[in-house]
Amino acid sequence: MGNRTPLYNMHIEMGAKIVDFAGWDMPINYGSQIEEHHQVREDAGMFDVSHMTVVDLNGPGVVDFLRKLLANDVARLKQEGKAIYSCMLNNEGGVIDDLIVYYMNSKWFRMVVNSSTREKDLDWIKKQVVDFDVQISERPELAMIAVQGPNAIAKVKQVMDASVAALLDSLGVFFAVEAGDYFVGRTGYTGEDGYEIILPEASAEKLWNDLSEVGVEPIGLGARDTLRLEAGMNLYGADMDEEIGPLEAGLSWTVAWEPADRDFIGRKSLEDLREKKPARKLVGLVLEGKGVFRNHQKIVVAGVGEGEITSGSFSPTLDKAIAFARVPADTGSECSVDMRGRLLPARVVKVPFVRNGKSCLPEDV
Amino acid sequence: MSEIPGELKYSKSHEWVQIEDDGTVLVGITEHAQDLLGDMVYVEVPEVDSEIEVEEACAVVESVKAASDIYSPVSGTITASNEALTDSPELVNSDPFGEGWIMRIKLADRADLDQLMDATAYAEHVESEDH
Repeated sequence: MGNRTPLYNMHIEMGAKIVDFAGWDMPINYGSQIEEHHQVREDAGMFDVSHMTVVDLNGPGVVDFLRKLLANDVARLKQEGKAIYSCMLNNEGGVIDDLIVYYMNSKWFRMVVNSSTREKDLDWIKKQVVDFDVQISERPELAMIAVQGPNAIAKVKQVMDASVAALLDSLGVFFAVEAGDYFVGRTGYTGEDGYEIILPEASAEKLWNDLSEVGVEPIGLGARDTLRLEAGMNLYGADMDEEIGPLEAGLSWTVAWEPADRDFIGRKSLEDLREKKPARKLVGLVLEGKGVFRNHQKIVVAGVGEGEITSGSFSPTLDKAIAFARVPADTGSECSVDMRGRLLPARVVKVPFVRNGKSCLPEDV
Repeated sequence: MSEIPGELKYSKSHEWVQIEDDGTVLVGITEHAQDLLGDMVYVEVPEVDSEIEVEEACAVVESVKAASDIYSPVSGTITASNEALTDSPELVNSDPFGEGWIMRIKLADRADLDQLMDATAYAEHVESEDH
């Protein structure tokens, strides 16, 4: 038996198929992954993400600490409540983890990191923090429910007290607010509008049930993966890791080079790589014919070299196979994918593949 | 426990076989197999008139989760493939023993059928794989 979230019994009651995910017993689907995917794109779905690791950073040194710890720059956050997405790098410029950090006030930031990397993240953060006046507190007693989809916001407000709903009315995209017992971020991992709600364990079942009663359907990890892939969002451990840094993982936009004197961990290595130009890049792929991309399938770029699919799947919204692939930097608009011994043509496209329920593909794909 | 119709024969690799009077068999994958694979998104059926050997990989079903070969439970000649699966692969999920059939094979040797399991033996096989 693995770790269980406070919602484990709800998953069983709702017919979930349970799988092991980084030591947690988590729902992979509640019947049909594809129907769950469409539910989020067309209406509203809820995800139990209580396995994720919530870390509070408190103290007068927190801004200086995070400007050292993260490749993105928290000094860019001017308004309280605003969040930023960043990589946490090692000295070699590899990615220890990717994360969201919310700027709540000048002495409190809240960070959400992956569950699969929990231990090494906490070890690393504690090792780096010694020279700063900052307290690091993991918050394992908190549950987390993501509610995503075009109707997610309206449905969440429907089940909240008027005072909480009023606070949510003025909550902008990529902002978070404390509302009663809830910490609500207007963030997510699907490419749809919605919230990620951090709340006391004891309140999780009630919120889950209340949401279910207003028609928010439970969504498993299977659909979570196809939703994030369509939305063009990286997955740690697949698309980047300690060997593959942000410049080769399509995450250059998350590296804050300016101001040039901000000495974040990994900066020197990244600058060296930027100078000599990365040999590889991460691109989006669409399969022209029938079939499904899978992780680790080989890419052949005629006259250029070879690459590999890092996240491959089937896009229920587009009804086509889509993928992220790491390919030689000189790759153009076409390549081939070795699918079960056959080389099939694929198109290189800009990501995201889907945003707010709509295809972002060029018209001729 | 998934449905295992008593009138069919079964292979260890989770294909079902329906024996017809005209010397052909109809083949698909079991409810248990489709449940393990999850939502189907693509099915590649064999070409009609192709010759196949018993246990030869002759079709592919791809779900959101994985690609999986379908092995022929008998030797013979493909006399029909379920073309409906090209546009509606989900039939394998919704009706694995009916509309979700994959191919029809003209038997080369009826003795191949003796190697297959009946429903009771297949139920035990599924049970043993689960543990």
